[in-house]
Amino acid sequence: MLVHSRKARWAVWGVFLILFLPLFALPLLVVVGASFATHWSGVLPSGMTTANYQAATRGEALQALTTSLVTAVTASLLALAVGTWAALAAAGLRKRSRKVLDALFVLPVAVPSVVVGLAILVAFSRPPVLLNGTRWIVIAAHTVLVTAFAYQSVSAAITRLDPAYEQAAASLGARPATVLRRVKLPLLLPSLTAAVGLCFALSMGELSATMMLYPPDWTPLPVLIHAATDRGALFTGSAIAVVLMAATLLVLLAVSRIRTRASYR
Amino acid sequence: MASATLSTPAKARPRAAAWAWALPPVGLLALVFLYPLALVVQQSVRPDTGGTSVQPYADVFASEAFREALWTTVWLAAASTAGCLVLGFVLALIIAFVPFPGARAVSRFIDVFLSFPSFLITLALLFIYGSTGMAGGLWTDATGAGEGPFQFLTTPWGVLLAEITYFTPFVMRPLLAAFSQLDTAQLEAASSLGARAPRIIRRIILPESLPALAAGGSLVLVLCLNEFGIVLFTGAKGVTTLPMLVYGKAILESDYPGACVVAVVNVLISVGLYGLYRVVSRRAGA
Repeated sequence: MLVHSRKARWAVWGVFLILFLPLFALPLLVVVGASFATHWSGVLPSGMTTANYQAATRGEALQALTTSLVTAVTASLLALAVGTWAALAAAGLRKRSRKVLDALFVLPVAVPSVVVGLAILVAFSRPPVLLNGTRWIVIAAHTVLVTAFAYQSVSAAITRLDPAYEQAAASLGARPATVLRRVKLPLLLPSLTAAVGLCFALSMGELSATMMLYPPDWTPLPVLIHAATDRGALFTGSAIAVVLMAATLLVLLAVSRIRTRASYR
Repeated sequence: MASATLSTPAKARPRAAAWAWALPPVGLLALVFLYPLALVVQQSVRPDTGGTSVQPYADVFASEAFREALWTTVWLAAASTAGCLVLGFVLALIIAFVPFPGARAVSRFIDVFLSFPSFLITLALLFIYGSTGMAGGLWTDATGAGEGPFQFLTTPWGVLLAEITYFTPFVMRPLLAAFSQLDTAQLEAASSLGARAPRIIRRIILPESLPALAAGGSLVLVLCLNEFGIVLFTGAKGVTTLPMLVYGKAILESDYPGACVVAVVNVLISVGLYGLYRVVSRRAGA
């Protein structure tokens, strides 16, 4: 405890609330408030309605929600598979080679997402692989962007893994495949689910690369939110944004339940 | 591999096998990331007129729009980083050392905050500081004036506010982790010897948290340089950053060589800084 007098402590907490509430809590509340409104010309929104949600859960918006969910699930599962494989392979390499692999797989974090979008657009608009105009170009871009995060969190978990378990299993005659399936992967399961949750959330909110290459018939939610606010439909945009946040949180909650069940095993 | 095999052939085989296992994911990465990136570099030296030349670079570097975007990007990123560091340090300090009921809930809220996309902040700021928004309404109620003084959203200052809001949690997380490992005996000893809070912060907490600050700060710097959603949602014509320029040139103007040149410049700046971040954070043990 750094501040001892009661009065000073209340003053510090006051400063915290003054900084924290308007900066971090207010934006989320405002988006939720606006999603139920038709006007906002005073301190509080006015014209309460649920019509925005009716617009945000049917037709184009519903299709965008499915698009986002399919894209995010596919991209995060692919990223988890590739990232875990790479992290496990890197753990078997010597220190120097491992550093090379580390650098390769975290590079997509440093490269601007817009450039990742541009690069994939340039590469897959020409033979031999023509993906431009299909949903696969969006999924490929999302996978590239989130694989870096899957790789980072899985490889961090591998370095914390106690090698005694796999050595014991191997010394008892388990083949490497069995060690991987029965020892390593179950021990890594909590980090794997955490990684897949992170990838899912990132892919659900991805806008930069998607803006570069989405085809008209594969429009994820963030693009739709931008389209709505761009034509001035701020309140519908907020309702779609709330749908996006709710969908992300629900899936994260479901994923974290897998994690707690696994850690009791 | 901690196996103590000494003979070279036995040692060489598992290493080759380990490399063979690493090949499939590396191959995939090369196909969907490295090869496209190489094509961007290649396209940046191929003007529409044909042939290979550095003409696109000369054109882009000579253009006023590019130089302005470069400057805007750099100063916005630097200012946002500075703001995030100060704000993040103060907030993390209070959560860690002046704990209050609900401090844990606040740190969980920060985790949730990080899983939302950045453009939501700009969307919210439109309602708070927009031409007729919450702050404008408050002002009108208080003074009776027709329009509020909050017209900064479409200027770089609006982007700056949004970036500081969104990226501060990225600084707070490593800081909170560092603070939880700080030995409180040091603080208590200093305090019992008569040091007051500002002195304890300056002499003990700040030096201990420098590595976490450096790591968080350089990550935020890179993320700000690459930020696109926040700038796009402000809809400001006056604020053009490098990622916006890439988008504008490629999608709106279909000038692919130009877009690729800007992309190469942006990648060089960001990757260079990210390399620095990796070095710093490894040294910091974060």
